[in-house]
Order: sequence, then C-alpha cells, then structure tokens
Amino acid sequence: MRIGVVTFPGSLDDGDARRAVRLAGAEDVGLWHNDPDLHRVDAVILPGGFSYGDYLRAGAIARFSPVMGSVIAAAASGLPVLGICNGFQVLCEAGLLPGALTRNAHLHFRNRDQVLRMLATDTAWTNGYSEGQEILIPVKNGEGRYVADEATLDELEATDRVVARYVNGNPNGSMRDIAAIRNEAGNVVGIMPHPEHAIEALTGPSTDGLAFFTSVLTHLATAGAPA
Amino acid sequence: MARVVVDVMLKPEILDPQGQAVASALPRLGVAGVESVRIGKRIELEFADGTDSDAHLEQAREIADKLLANPVIEDFTLRIEDGDR
Repeated sequence: MRIGVVTFPGSLDDGDARRAVRLAGAEDVGLWHNDPDLHRVDAVILPGGFSYGDYLRAGAIARFSPVMGSVIAAAASGLPVLGICNGFQVLCEAGLLPGALTRNAHLHFRNRDQVLRMLATDTAWTNGYSEGQEILIPVKNGEGRYVADEATLDELEATDRVVARYVNGNPNGSMRDIAAIRNEAGNVVGIMPHPEHAIEALTGPSTDGLAFFTSVLTHLATAGAPA
Repeated sequence: MARVVVDVMLKPEILDPQGQAVASALPRLGVAGVESVRIGKRIELEFADGTDSDAHLEQAREIADKLLANPVIEDFTLRIEDGDR
C-alpha cells in the first residue's frame, strides 16, 4: 500500500506522518503541494503545520494548491483522505468537510496530551478503534475551535459523522466538544489532535494514534484499490 | 488604476475572542462606554485597468467569494475606492 503525505510550504508534521505510515506497515510517498500528480497512492494524508504561513486563514491558500485539485477530485471517487490539524483546516476550506476551524476561544495556543472518545468507527481511518474507546494523543493548535451552524452540528450528530470528541476538558472551545469529523462516505476524516505523534512509546504519550494508520490499510485491503 | 476594497468580518454569531480581548483592554486606557469590539480584515485589490468598475467589482466579488472570505464564518462587503489617493 502506498500512502501519500502532502508537504505544503510551512508543513511541520509531514515527517512524523510519514513515519507513522511506515510503522503501520505501508510505503510512505512524499507528495508536493505544487505537483498535481498523486503518484498512484492509495490514500492521502494532509499533515499539520502552518501551510502558506496560515496567511489569510488557516488552510485557505493551501486549498487552491495544484495537489489539492487532484486530492479533491480523487476524494470524490473514494480515495481515503486524512487531514490532521492544519490538514483538517484545509479539508474544511476545500469543502470536503463542513464547518470551519477558528481561533481558540481563550486565544492561547494549546499543547498537551488530550483524551478523546472515539465515536464513528466505520470510517477508512478509524475502523481499528471500538466505539466509545478513549485514547490519549497530543493536541497542539491555536486555531482548533470547530465551528458550524446548529443545523450542520445536528446533522453531523444524527448521521454519526462525529468521529471523536474531547474528554476531560475541551482544549479550544470546539462546539459540542468536536475533535474529529468525517464526510458522508467515510473516506474523508479531519482531526484536530495528532495521532501521528502517538505511535511509539519513546516519543508519544501512548501508541493510541497508530490505529489511524493501520485502519486505512484494513480499509484498502477490504475495499480494494480506490477508483 | 482602480482599487476595490474588500472588508471581511466574522459573522455576528461567530465568537470573536480577539475583539473581546481588545474590548476588555479598553478600561485600562480609561475608555468607558464601548459595548463590544469586532475585528475584521481590510483587503485592497488594485486593478491595472481603471476604466470598467462594474467588471472590477464583479471580479472582486468572485475573488472574495472563493478565497478572501470563508462563507461558513465570514461576511464581506466591497467598494470601489479612488486609486489616486
């Protein structure tokens, strides 16, 4: 399996995401923001960081990069896409996920280990978790407050599209404690905290994040190659 | 040369913690009576050809719609400004 990790100017966590892919047992493939070629990858990860300096709004400029044109088209035909932190912001800006991520309500950058409760486990990226499972992974953001109108929030909940919620304290004021959501088909997931920083005992607070990267391999093995 | 000014503001229902922080600093200046502060962005688009302001406005609207403002959280307004100032 080939998992692509996009590097935008200002990406920070592309290296960790590629390492997570390798530890999960897949081949990591570097994708470049200015190259629309997805190099036959089976899934794509948009990593954390500050793409294009977060100028204008986080993710706003990255969304129009050449690689994103290809990612948006491929996501529509089922390509698994995971957006982490800045990647989640890019997915919302691109319209692949509803809502937006805004400045933390308290204005502080939050960097800590965070408990999440996993909810939707029928996605390409979370099938290795059990519903209700609590995991501990790092959160680190300044603009991680998930915002959407009430109707959208109600719909996300009614259709089981909330993938994870913050537990034991909401680090940024996200509406309804939302930490991660999915699209209708379940191939696109956005998450604000960082599973790729919790894959090894040496460097992470747990290894709870690794299942995001093994889940997609299970999904691909079951579903066959994406269209 | 023609300039279109785009003002982007968070929608009224969207929390503006920056504005709140500024509002809470005002009493330190001895300012009273300001009920709320909202912070937005002003973006100036300079068009090379200064003749057709309707076309510029239309183009600016498209740019604002697609990129300058996020309709989920922001509203924008447009106006032509004299480019010779």
